[in-house]
Amino acid sequence: MKTTRRMFAAAVVGALVLTACGDAPEEETPDAVEEPEATDEETEGDPAEEEPTEEPAEQTDFRGCLVTDQGGVDDQSFNQTAWEGMVRAEQELGITADVLESTSEADFEPNIQEFVTQGCDLIVTVGFLLGEATEAAAQANPDQNFAIVDYAYDADYDNLRELVFGTEEAAFLAGYAAAGTTESGIVGTYGGINIPPVTVFMDGFLAGVRYYNQENGTDVQVEGWDGSDGLFTGNFESQDDGRNFTDQLLQAGADIIMPVAGPVGLGTAAAIEDFGSGMIVWVDTDGYESTQYGALMLTSVMKNMDVAVFDSVQAAVDGNWEGGLVVGTLENEGVGLAPFHDFEDTVPQEVRDALDGLRQGIISGEISVDPADYS
Amino acid sequence: MTDRHEDDPAGDPAESGPVALSEAEVARQEIEAAKEREAAITHLEPGAGFGKRFVAAVTGTSVLVTILSFVAAIVIGGVIIALTEPAVREAFGYFFARPGDAFREAWDVVSAAYVALFRGSLGGRAQISETLVSATPLILTGLAVAVPLRAGLFNIGAEGQLIAGGMLAGLVGFSVTGLPLVVHLPLAAAAGIAGGWVYGWLPGVLKARTGAHEVISTIMLNNIARLVTAWMISTTLFRRPDRSDPISKSVEASAQFPRFVDGLRVNTSLLMALGLAVFVFWLVERSTRGFELNAVGLNARAARAAGMDPDRTVIRAMATGGALAGAAGAALILGLQHRLTIGFSAGLGFDGITVALLGRGRIGGTVAAGLLFGALRAGGRSMQAQTGTSLDLVLVIQALIIVFIAAPGLVRAIFRVKADDLATGQVAKGWGS
Repeated sequence: MKTTRRMFAAAVVGALVLTACGDAPEEETPDAVEEPEATDEETEGDPAEEEPTEEPAEQTDFRGCLVTDQGGVDDQSFNQTAWEGMVRAEQELGITADVLESTSEADFEPNIQEFVTQGCDLIVTVGFLLGEATEAAAQANPDQNFAIVDYAYDADYDNLRELVFGTEEAAFLAGYAAAGTTESGIVGTYGGINIPPVTVFMDGFLAGVRYYNQENGTDVQVEGWDGSDGLFTGNFESQDDGRNFTDQLLQAGADIIMPVAGPVGLGTAAAIEDFGSGMIVWVDTDGYESTQYGALMLTSVMKNMDVAVFDSVQAAVDGNWEGGLVVGTLENEGVGLAPFHDFEDTVPQEVRDALDGLRQGIISGEISVDPADYS
Repeated sequence: MTDRHEDDPAGDPAESGPVALSEAEVARQEIEAAKEREAAITHLEPGAGFGKRFVAAVTGTSVLVTILSFVAAIVIGGVIIALTEPAVREAFGYFFARPGDAFREAWDVVSAAYVALFRGSLGGRAQISETLVSATPLILTGLAVAVPLRAGLFNIGAEGQLIAGGMLAGLVGFSVTGLPLVVHLPLAAAAGIAGGWVYGWLPGVLKARTGAHEVISTIMLNNIARLVTAWMISTTLFRRPDRSDPISKSVEASAQFPRFVDGLRVNTSLLMALGLAVFVFWLVERSTRGFELNAVGLNARAARAAGMDPDRTVIRAMATGGALAGAAGAALILGLQHRLTIGFSAGLGFDGITVALLGRGRIGGTVAAGLLFGALRAGGRSMQAQTGTSLDLVLVIQALIIVFIAAPGLVRAIFRVKADDLATGQVAKGWGS
């Protein structure tokens, strides 16, 4: 009894000392850690203070809802990029944005169902693996609009928009740049799961390297993907797996590695940091901005899912909604290559000069991005 | 219940005193002491009927600790919700200018989250359905841990046993065709139970015959199950022909647990879970085998002296636990997911450990804990969707509950419950058993 009271007193005094007696409503306290005792006592003991929560801003009553794949909304990669599109729509269009994170495949169906029940205006599902669950939900709820990232269905639905990307085009450029920059003559890649939206990165990368070899008479090797099979962690979550796979690639002599596995790629960054040398080609977003490993990022294959998601929300808000396939390409800037940032001087000038021509060649169709077209 | 120790010759009465007791006498005293301890915890005569036991269980002090642990975890969870909300932190910045702001903000955000949690778990037909859907595998994996726990064994392997069961259930579910539902479904479910049984039997045998500690061997077997599964699903035996990623063929309609109502995901695998729970209750609390199980759990040497075979009991306990986890795998694959994917187990086997500990190793308690955790899961989804409070908070609350249960002294200090009002019964035996 005595002790508890003493502890409470200590907590109150602690709060008194640490809390700035400021009166400006927007002042931030750095001492949030010290508050819990106080909050705890008061919130529990004071039900009289209950008040209904209210949203302050003037907003459209449009509600955009997003279901992530495994890996979560803060994966600094795949899911996060899609969510940023939703957040932008919240800021610019005044919609309400909500998210449900899937922790396993078992969550897909109930998460989508939860949003259907709650009455969202648009439900965006992020990732190939949600394909079946999204299609089933779209069929069962013909009046509910859906958009899915990375899945193209055989049949088109009026209430389902398929946001897919010609990622191989941007990955081709990354492969070319990597091949022109590598010192060991070996570059590496690995994927999360052997599904088209992942392997398309690796195909483009491989094609870019092979194209570089063909043009320059070099023999840069790609470890981890041969056009049909390669290294796959089997998940989009385990950074430990990313570390192990990267160690394997580093042992094989690779000095530039492209992980295509969302947050798993952070394991690659950690492994390269430990190893002391090596560069990363990040995917989905500009890794220089989105991760804390900017110093390791040669470049990034950007897949602008945020733009695609934002556009979908905007179309729904404006009443221009259309179902069916929407493809992001180099031409419409749905995909692209990020700047080299810190490695601007590491990448040879002639390689950087060549990229613009390649981009034009890919857009016009003169340059194939299929690795099978190169030996 | 057997009373075999009564038949044994008593120890030499001439040489009484702690040093010179015969093994049989030690055994008799151990068992008597265990009965007294049990009576002391439940405040019941050893032979009390079900009604009395039920009342004692509900009003009993171990339930009190459990409930208080839950309350404490909810309170701390509330603090965490409040602190992670920027508006609340902002309001605390000018706490002394307008303290009301801070508390009102905190109360608003916490109550909104908990109201969403509650409504999301019990607020309607769909919500109750989701609660039961989440609870079904948790009840089974909870029992898979609880049964070996009663024999003093810590089954960390429910995850692997669940995977083994799910794989086998799935395999029978999609590779056997042309059977009617009444034949195919029980067959596939039985295959799942058998798969789990074997995968639980293995560490049991290793423990009984070679002394390999079940905690170590089950953890390793989990990894083996997980990785072998990842490989197997990508082979042509399992993989769906039109996909390159690891996803299995779909279970035939005749092997799927039918749903009660169209549109709600709750399905008849719940009945299987509850049926198994009743059976396990009889097995552990009422049968001769169960008596041996409990005796071995209380003191294996005493049980051996009383003529029981602890080795065989260890194997049985682990295999039974495995079978229950296998049933959970069957419930998942045949009732819900209808196909195998990497990671289909979703950590439910590990959650089973928490469920069993919350249920204090009791069958009824484990079922109740499974329902509670199912509700937290289903409600957590609503909470995240409505208020943006992360689903991870539910995991924090679950973890806190267990911390408090594992440390009854802490609960006693917080709620000032007298020491002798609290059950002191061990939840789990230590490392060295």
